[in-house]
Amino acid sequence: MTVPPFERFYSEHRDAVFGHLVRLLGRQRAEDAFQETWLRALRGYEALQHGRYLRAWVFTIATRVAIDEGRKRRPETVAELDAEWADDRPEYAQIEHLADELPEKERAAVVLRYAYDLSYSDIGTALGSSEEAARQAASSGVRRLRRELS
Amino acid sequence: MTVVPNALDRRFRQAAAEACLVDVSFDVADTPVGPLLLAVTERGLCRISFDPEPDRETEQLARLFGVRVLKAPREVDRVRRELEEYFEGRRREFDLPLDLRGREGFSRAILDRLAQVPYGEVTTYKSLAVEAGNPRAARAVGTIMNRNPIPIVLPCHRVIGSSGSLVGYGGGLERKRLLLDLEAGRPALDVDYS
Repeated sequence: MTVPPFERFYSEHRDAVFGHLVRLLGRQRAEDAFQETWLRALRGYEALQHGRYLRAWVFTIATRVAIDEGRKRRPETVAELDAEWADDRPEYAQIEHLADELPEKERAAVVLRYAYDLSYSDIGTALGSSEEAARQAASSGVRRLRRELS
Repeated sequence: MTVVPNALDRRFRQAAAEACLVDVSFDVADTPVGPLLLAVTERGLCRISFDPEPDRETEQLARLFGVRVLKAPREVDRVRRELEEYFEGRRREFDLPLDLRGREGFSRAILDRLAQVPYGEVTTYKSLAVEAGNPRAARAVGTIMNRNPIPIVLPCHRVIGSSGSLVGYGGGLERKRLLLDLEAGRPALDVDYS
């Protein structure tokens, strides 16, 4: 599958990426993260070998940008997020603020698996690791979250 | 579904172009000959299309110039302005750098000759073939005109048959007639291209 013109890729995923960032960071900070996410995507776009996992790829970039943002300042908790922007996935909404505490790879795997329902194979590709490594990262992330919740 | 605010979308597009991360910037402009897709690279104007459907065009642009094709309206402002002046009868020559990558050999030689045909004048397919040193290539010249990547600026509307008939035009004969009328100072008929 060839890499499509960037315009098509961007048009297809910009809203979903923005929604993802709003959930992770809140509306205000999501706007800065949005631009940074897509600029990073543009920097890496030429080097892509195929267009099969573009959605997972850009969500991973967005998650990493959000993590970098999070390092600058603690993110708002879910309760502080405007209800308007709350996801329609309540189970994930209950853990997303805790996901901030996870190591980067685990967090990305948890977010991509539970918030976006991507397969482990897609997540592995997006994170530059194997399917099995993605599964392990997500499951150890969830174990860690369960410990924090208990 | 959360929708990206327009201002944020515009900001990203502009930032991307300013950071030189875009291979091709494009926009669709409204003109008297209908909406035109205008595209530029860092080298210059690379495409004017009468088919303003970006999806089809962006595929082609990506193949020729690179996959980072992005709608970035401000980047084509200069082209848009010169076209406006042309359609208002205030501009006879375009002052725009062109990017003709992908057009080599005979095709490029013909397009270079075409660029020299003055405003308000016409030439023939055969004359261009003769000037390029291949008098028997009138038909090939027709094909090159039909695939002209930058119509209007590279004035293929000024090329007609030896008998004086308009013959053909990538954007349709109505548009060819309108452009020739404009350059001859004749009032153009109102044609709805939308």
